[in-house]
Amino acid sequence: MLHGVSLSVVPGEFIAILGSSGCGKTTLLRTIAGFQKASGGAIRLFGRDVVNMPPERRGMAMMFQSYALWPHMTVLGNVGYGLRLRGVPKDEIRSRVAKVLAMLNLTGFEDRKVTNLSGGQRQRVALGRALAIEPEILLLDEPLSNLDAKVRIQLRSEIKALQSRLGFTAIHVTHDREEAMTMADRIVVMDTGRIAQVGAPKEVYDHPNSPFVASFMGAENTLSLDVRPSGSGVEVRADEAPPALYSGEVPVGPVTAYFRDDVASLDDPNARVDGSIVLPGNITQRTYPGGHYRYVVAIGNRHFTVTDDRYHELARPVGLRLPLASLHMFSNNQTTGGNHA
Amino acid sequence: MSGETPLLPARAEPMALTDPASGVRRRSVYSDAGARFRSMGSAGLKILGLAVFAFLLFGPLANLALWSVAERWYTPFKLPVSYGMRYWEVVFRPTGDAMASLATSVSIACLTVLVALAVSVPAGYALARLKLPWRTALMILFLLPQAFPSVAIYINVARVFYSIGLTGTITGVVLVHAAHGLVYSVWIAAAAFAAIDRDLELAARNIGASPLRTFFTVTLPLAAPGIMASAIFVFLESLDEFTGTFFVGVPQVTTLPLLLYNASMGGNYQIASITALILLVPSVLFMIVIERFLKADVLSKVGQ
Repeated sequence: MLHGVSLSVVPGEFIAILGSSGCGKTTLLRTIAGFQKASGGAIRLFGRDVVNMPPERRGMAMMFQSYALWPHMTVLGNVGYGLRLRGVPKDEIRSRVAKVLAMLNLTGFEDRKVTNLSGGQRQRVALGRALAIEPEILLLDEPLSNLDAKVRIQLRSEIKALQSRLGFTAIHVTHDREEAMTMADRIVVMDTGRIAQVGAPKEVYDHPNSPFVASFMGAENTLSLDVRPSGSGVEVRADEAPPALYSGEVPVGPVTAYFRDDVASLDDPNARVDGSIVLPGNITQRTYPGGHYRYVVAIGNRHFTVTDDRYHELARPVGLRLPLASLHMFSNNQTTGGNHA
Repeated sequence: MSGETPLLPARAEPMALTDPASGVRRRSVYSDAGARFRSMGSAGLKILGLAVFAFLLFGPLANLALWSVAERWYTPFKLPVSYGMRYWEVVFRPTGDAMASLATSVSIACLTVLVALAVSVPAGYALARLKLPWRTALMILFLLPQAFPSVAIYINVARVFYSIGLTGTITGVVLVHAAHGLVYSVWIAAAAFAAIDRDLELAARNIGASPLRTFFTVTLPLAAPGIMASAIFVFLESLDEFTGTFFVGVPQVTTLPLLLYNASMGGNYQIASITALILLVPSVLFMIVIERFLKADVLSKVGQ
């Protein structure tokens, strides 16, 4: 179910639709493709409304999570299918398919059966099948989520490179934040059938406009703070910590701050740093995942994870330092529309 | 298993708990012997079971084979008195009844397959893909000819066919066989279509194929193995069918099962056995083929 989704895409743009499962992102993509009938509204493609047009006339091509390659055809049959439909002569199909396959590092794979290919190769063939018809719009329905990590990262950059080279518009549905961040020009975060935020990756990451977007972009730790005006700036108080002065723009009153693990650092429990709040606590756990230590710090009855380069003894009192500029603060009085700190 | 108990206290514990009175060691000795006895017993049972199964399966077939080469065989002899291929010659004589009825049987079976496929391919696709309001009722409708006693049905069919001049014609027999075979072909075809991932069709639509083109280039080729299997079932059912042919086809249409019936009623066991063996050949051949065509993903969708 989609509710009042409005999105315009510039030709040649790479858009990532990001959301957890069941948020409507796949529904949105399939409605754009024409696989699902829209009960209302319009889908405009270069000015003409395609909402009642069958999928085969929309001039889009899609990559599926399941690859959706036809097992009864060879690689040539799959990639050349769209050209065969368009009545391209056989020799030309062969040469154009060869060109597409060369682009995807699959030269010489024409007569292979698709069932004998690896996941990454299959998805490349699917990409080739989509690109062979030179679509104006490429739709990507989580095409990389069935692949293993290494192949996924490699294909990510391949798709991105092909997109900037060939200049097609891409709409990519994914639940993988990093994938969306690295590939897209703009990110659309969706939440239960609605668009929560649209913006460049950096903007959405650094300035989420709602608690949902903040936690979806990885700021999953929360902290209740109290913000009071003080002089030219504000005074930020936490239950356990001494108040900190801050001159940035933040909502006043009781707020909830969202932050990522990586903004926190360890400090002296009694340290007072301008623009940062220092929460006194105890180290309860230490692990070494490689490169740096990861600590679990207990503050009151809550636990936060923090990474630090230095070695600290367990059960040692420490201060968890949070720079106020990196916290996403949302007023508790209104659920949305909070200012970013 | 219980020999390991001293090494695995964790597994021994529940045993001791269930019967605290008996010592763990004594138990293990007893159940060790018991387990050996049980495993021997179960192997023996398996062999016995297989032997019974093999006898039940191959006993009648061996009897058929024996009868087909027995030129003279009467009581009190346990085995034929004299052997020979005389009756095989009679059956395979070009002018013989057997060859003619074999030809009739095969052509009826082929026509039945064509009629059944003409119904089951569109019906199976519709049942698998479209949102039909009476889906379950339709599925059961195709099952109905199998659900009632066939004699009762065929007597009425024969009466109706008689009034429209279809009794004693190939067409009439084909229609009866097709109605009978439709349950297999429609249910299997629906399962074959349902087993195809929708994305495979959408991928074709998406890059420019019309619905019809998609059906013929993607859906149908992918469903073909399942449809092949259903066609084979229908073919075999038709080849084997007796009751319907008897009521609708006699006396003009004589298929192989009818010939077999006449021969064995006339006490001509040699001819009957040879006819039965001929009937067996396509069944065995096709069963081997079907086993390759019908994949688990199709079978799991049958009747859904």
